[in-house]
Amino acid sequence: MLNQLNLGLIFLSAFLVNNILLIKFIALCSFFGLSNSLTASLGMGLAVVFVMVMSSSVSWAVYHYLLIPLHLEYLRTATFILTIASLVQFEEIIIRKKSPALYRALGIYLPLITTNCAILAAAFLGIDYQLNFVQNVVYALGVSGGYCLAILLFAGLRERVNSAPVAKSFQGVPIAFITASLMSLAFLGFKGLFKL
Amino acid sequence: MKKLIQWQSFSNGLWKENPVLALMLGLCPLLAISSSVTDSLGMGAAFTFVLLGSNLMISCLRRLVPNQVRIPVFIVIIATFGTITDYTLAAYLPELKRNLGVFLPLIVVNCIVLGRAEAFASRNNVLNSLLDGLGMGLGFTLIIVLMAVIREGLGNGTLGPLKLFGQNYQPFLIMILPPGAFLVLGFLIALKNSLDRRKKC
Repeated sequence: MLNQLNLGLIFLSAFLVNNILLIKFIALCSFFGLSNSLTASLGMGLAVVFVMVMSSSVSWAVYHYLLIPLHLEYLRTATFILTIASLVQFEEIIIRKKSPALYRALGIYLPLITTNCAILAAAFLGIDYQLNFVQNVVYALGVSGGYCLAILLFAGLRERVNSAPVAKSFQGVPIAFITASLMSLAFLGFKGLFKL
Repeated sequence: MKKLIQWQSFSNGLWKENPVLALMLGLCPLLAISSSVTDSLGMGAAFTFVLLGSNLMISCLRRLVPNQVRIPVFIVIIATFGTITDYTLAAYLPELKRNLGVFLPLIVVNCIVLGRAEAFASRNNVLNSLLDGLGMGLGFTLIIVLMAVIREGLGNGTLGPLKLFGQNYQPFLIMILPPGAFLVLGFLIALKNSLDRRKKC
């Protein structure tokens, strides 16, 4: 199981081997929606790293110190999504006050993140894998880093594909799926890095 | 006239505004679960149930919920139905729940459910909202099962308990693996595009 690996392997597993977009199929809406432009992908990717590390730490603490002692595990879904939504709002206010430059870069992506299922999924998965707090932070870093890597690579590929001659019915979204399929095939190659 | 509107709310989701092929929503469970026909049927049913329940509740409450806080209210309602489904499956079909994994609680943030709540159920009466939920749910189930039939059929040579081909069938392994999911969906959307274009001409 994941919680018996050392921190470096947990990171690699989340970053490459079980890439959240291409192997686990989570957060694909933003993957296909934003990857039209490289700058938008970069903004979203950084925002995801920033929010995911914080939100999965907070959700981990809420689950282990609030829900478990009170035997309210069945409220997990509702609690996490409210925690994440309010955390994102809070972070948005802080960033706007403290760092206008960062706000300009990430601003419009922050509200969108609440509905980005990668954030919620990372919080769930960290708990399902029974990670401890430090492992959970490293796991969130790996997942969000993997998200960043995949969406940036994909945005770059799509810019090239846009100028290629493609059959009419395949233009736009269908060819993007085929591209993603080939990328996913490449990421599948990382499976041989180590055995879980 | 009334009948016609009702039929439209139901049939919209099946093809013209199919949540997957036309609106490109709800891709995560679609791609992840469609490697097995049985799991796909389960996912489709769970999904349709959440959609029906949340559309019903939101449509009933649409005059009571203040406009400013509608999104959090919708999310809590959807999360409630998601949790009901999660625990019901855990009690009666534990194996299915294990196979669906994290995608079961993730129905909550599925864009189709929130999208229908915002775009349809909060503006229409109860009956139409129910029909809309049913149509969208069936439209999703249709596509996920179709994909599963292609992927499991080619990649494993089986459909659930059924064996499709003879002993000597060499499985087309890539179809079961993650790349196969992207590939099949890409081809399905291209097929819908070309059918729609032909109809226009």
